[in-house]
Amino acid sequence: MAQPEDLLYSKEHEWVRLDGENATVGVTNYAQESLGDIVYVELPKIGTEIEQFGNVGVIESVKAVSDLFTPMSGKVVEINTTLDGDPAAVNREPYGAGWLFKLKLSDPNEAKSLLNAAVYEKITTE
Amino acid sequence: MTRRTALHAEHVRAGAKLVPFGGFEMPVQYSSILREHEAVRQRAGLFDLSHMGQFWLTGDTVAPWADTLTTNAVGTMKPMQARYNLFCDQSGGTHDDTIFYRLEKRWLLVVNASNADKMWQHLNANRPELGVELENQHGKWSLVAIQGPRSVAMLQPHVDVNLDELKYYFCTEGHVDGAPATIARTGYTGEDGFELFLSNNDAPRIWSALLEAHRSEGLEPCGLGARDVLRLEAGMPLYGHELTEAITPVQAGLSWAVKTAKPEFLGKEALERQIQSDDYSRIVGVVMSGRVPAREGYTVWHEGHLVGSIRSGSIAPSVDNKNIATALVEKAAATEGARLEVEIRGTKHEATVVPLPFYKRAK
Repeated sequence: MAQPEDLLYSKEHEWVRLDGENATVGVTNYAQESLGDIVYVELPKIGTEIEQFGNVGVIESVKAVSDLFTPMSGKVVEINTTLDGDPAAVNREPYGAGWLFKLKLSDPNEAKSLLNAAVYEKITTE
Repeated sequence: MTRRTALHAEHVRAGAKLVPFGGFEMPVQYSSILREHEAVRQRAGLFDLSHMGQFWLTGDTVAPWADTLTTNAVGTMKPMQARYNLFCDQSGGTHDDTIFYRLEKRWLLVVNASNADKMWQHLNANRPELGVELENQHGKWSLVAIQGPRSVAMLQPHVDVNLDELKYYFCTEGHVDGAPATIARTGYTGEDGFELFLSNNDAPRIWSALLEAHRSEGLEPCGLGARDVLRLEAGMPLYGHELTEAITPVQAGLSWAVKTAKPEFLGKEALERQIQSDDYSRIVGVVMSGRVPAREGYTVWHEGHLVGSIRSGSIAPSVDNKNIATALVEKAAATEGARLEVEIRGTKHEATVVPLPFYKRAK
């Protein structure tokens, strides 16, 4: 699966879709493949202020618990509640139905510290 | 140095995710743990278990000698029978859980990969001067398991023995696609199935032949990830989790395999005392009420008291997708239906004690 060109990426394998002062966050295809079957996702609570690269939750596969980081700072305005009943959506559609949470960004300039699709692709194939 | 099994190239070709396990580089999954699990419960799965330790025991006094080191009975085994057995230390702590196979000319002892070196030393340290020869075959022979309700139908065309006549926990000498094999009706998944002891030379050809012949019927190569979920659902202990040097077979609920009627064996007195006292922490089955998985090491609480910890945990596709676990808990918290709390990242989550196994196949 190619990395969508319109997203930005973190070294921790999250993606961000920017929409002005808002952003949608998920984990990359590389991340879901490495994790394997995802069985539980613990997301930050709506209204929480979270800081760039901070630990904001966990993603659990059959085998392991992995920390979830946010690629940007902001206030959590929406979480993907369908993952409660269908965490495997993260495996099936990491860039679509498997999105994790939405942020009202506190500093849109942080986007400069993230990676574009080509650079991210490179770090996952090295 | 991490060793490789004879099937390593097959695993790489199949795109398996390989991890170090018991000193070997082993497939943890090929496609997806849940998909492989489903194949075994519905059809059949193929496992490479060549990392497991294999020892050959020969001589006139193997059975009476082995009976002094094991909790279950060896001497009463019939020719070509297989039997689960445990080795304990003086205090009853478990060295290893194993399977004995009584073959025509020798005994085959299969031990956990992670315990193979320890067990080899233990056997040699306790070997009598006469009457018992030991050969360490670890890594020299392959072990391939086919497990699942379709395993008889899939394996039968490849073998020169009638599999319907092979009883559960018995074995036979035969051939698989012409390759000499010890064929045992044993397994670790809670399903019907077979374990095939093959030469390292023959194993890759047999592995590929079985997969190619039956992939269209849904046979899948399966890794250790699926095996762990399958065995946990079936209530089978895994050494290092439900059994350790500090957890006795009695605590693990394996008293059926502790034959205190045997005149003597290493650990007997300690285990007898434990059974009589009935006062010890024990392994129980646990079902979580919610969606957060229980994991090894999480603390377990009962009526406000810390009573133990989780030993294994997983989502259980064959138990309504619930989160199941085993826990080692104090006696007071171990009764069926007892309400427990499992502490997960600082929050206590409801759970209930249930009888083991979680899953039993329809006969």
